[in-house]
Amino acid sequence: MADWLTPEGWQAVRLSLRVSLWAVAASLPLGILVAYALARWRFPGHGVLNGLVHLPLVLPPVVTGYLLLVIFGRRGVVGQWLDQFGIVIAFRWTGAALAAAIMAFPLMVRAIRLAVEAVDPRLEQAASTLGAARPWVFLTVTLPLILPGILAGAILAFAKAMGEFGATITFVSNIPGQTQTLPSAIYAVLQVPGGEAAAARLVATAIAIAIAALFLSEWLSRAIARRIRGG
Amino acid sequence: MLSVRLRHEFKGFVLDAAFEAPAGLTVLFGPSGSGKTTVVNAVAGLLRPQSGRIAVGNDVLTDSAQGLWLPPHRRGVGYVFQDSRLFPHLSVRQNLLFGHWFTGRGGGRAAHLDDVVDLLGIGHLLRRRPAALSGGERQRVALGRALLSHPRLLLMDEPLAALDQARKDEILPYLERLRDQAGLPILYVSHAAAEVARLATHVVMLTDGIVAVAGSVSRVLSDPAVAPLLGQDQTGAVLTARIAAQEPDGLTRLAIPAGTLFVPYVAAPPGTLLRLRILAQDVMIATEELHGISALNVIPARVRDLTDTAGGVLVRLDAGNQTILSRVTARSATALKLAPGMPVQAVLKAVSVAPGTIGVSGG
Repeated sequence: MADWLTPEGWQAVRLSLRVSLWAVAASLPLGILVAYALARWRFPGHGVLNGLVHLPLVLPPVVTGYLLLVIFGRRGVVGQWLDQFGIVIAFRWTGAALAAAIMAFPLMVRAIRLAVEAVDPRLEQAASTLGAARPWVFLTVTLPLILPGILAGAILAFAKAMGEFGATITFVSNIPGQTQTLPSAIYAVLQVPGGEAAAARLVATAIAIAIAALFLSEWLSRAIARRIRGG
Repeated sequence: MLSVRLRHEFKGFVLDAAFEAPAGLTVLFGPSGSGKTTVVNAVAGLLRPQSGRIAVGNDVLTDSAQGLWLPPHRRGVGYVFQDSRLFPHLSVRQNLLFGHWFTGRGGGRAAHLDDVVDLLGIGHLLRRRPAALSGGERQRVALGRALLSHPRLLLMDEPLAALDQARKDEILPYLERLRDQAGLPILYVSHAAAEVARLATHVVMLTDGIVAVAGSVSRVLSDPAVAPLLGQDQTGAVLTARIAAQEPDGLTRLAIPAGTLFVPYVAAPPGTLLRLRILAQDVMIATEELHGISALNVIPARVRDLTDTAGGVLVRLDAGNQTILSRVTARSATALKLAPGMPVQAVLKAVSVAPGTIGVSGG
């Protein structure tokens, strides 16, 4: 089993999992907040925020990666500022996670927003008449009801992060052990003559992870829906 | 005592209402679109009125003059919605305790789960989910949930409107018990005259955003000005009677100030107070002492006034210190030369007893 992939291959798989999990975990709270704001609040800049969130979906990934480099690179606006504290993102696995999070963010927000819009605001009103302040209404009524949507958004984002290539390779390059994720590894192996067999194994691994994620999400969302409906 | 004064403009509709709701159950009555739900939402804090003042006793909930507006969760106002709005992800027990959990540590009226569960007869439902309840059960749970949030005022927005008659009959006794036992002021929105007659101690009649009539149920329902709002076949007086005796032939004898009434057996001991509803169309008028008539209930009365309505002449009769309404045709009114002050006999063809109205004065 261990020699199914080369040590570099396993390294890429582990890195991809780490990058994707961190990308999803770190962006999830913001994703829930943005989805809730877009679904429920009317404020100046609503349209701008909506556009901004969806931008990575329509921009060429290379462009997103380039913009990340400009902003978060060591000479970039934010990158310079972070450098003062000794934090470097460009060409590190954290940069790969950032790129993956931004590319996956629209999918995550869309799924959660749909769930928020499906929650009857009258239930939230009822909760407030029963003495629950706004944050409590969110925690005790809204959040449990949108849990399946959050789960769907998270899995979708995870799958997207696992597959992210263009922005990642532009922003953090393709350094084995540092920033070489599974897609980057497949790409690298294909550049070498005779690498087709290794590439095929990496591809099979990628497919297996994707299917496993899909089954897990299906199972979890059924379990949650059962709890909410109370069968 | 709830006092409400508010003004709110919508597109093409102005709500400008002021009234007071004393202890007991005050029905906010009026046709659809008259602004009833808006009033209740303003009391609950779900709508911020453009101007006005709402207070429960000495506690001010809203006062636009002071720029004061309490958010819903700090009002201590229980709200039973027409569509129950139970939380689908929580069990019945968790739903019931939802408000209790937020308000339990505060002051307010102490209510205990066991008492409320007993009052509403929902003990067997505690472990179920709302999806597994019938409409009537849902409304009972919603009512219990509101009661357990320690409210100082209870709002109910047409809590029976979505239910069929059987389900209504299932809940009405609980509402009556609540009105008579909880000692909690209740503001109850309805557009059904039968509910008003059965439940209300006070009535606030709302039409086109304005309070048309307000007062005790017996006074408002016997007001001829209210008749067109109730509809012809729903116009009728509400009065209070005391059970005098159970007759051997299966009837129950009732005492009212003007005399004696016989009604089909009422299962309650002598001395019990009952609420009666007597529809105007069920009352005939005779100007002379009657002999040889099958109607059991004939009581002496005096004509107070006559009002022309679309469906005939509405005659208000003083019977003792109570009021009865009778509807006669214009032809009969002329033939009998009915005039204010004239002594007559009121022949009651039907008297409906609201069951379970024990201990209610009805104003």
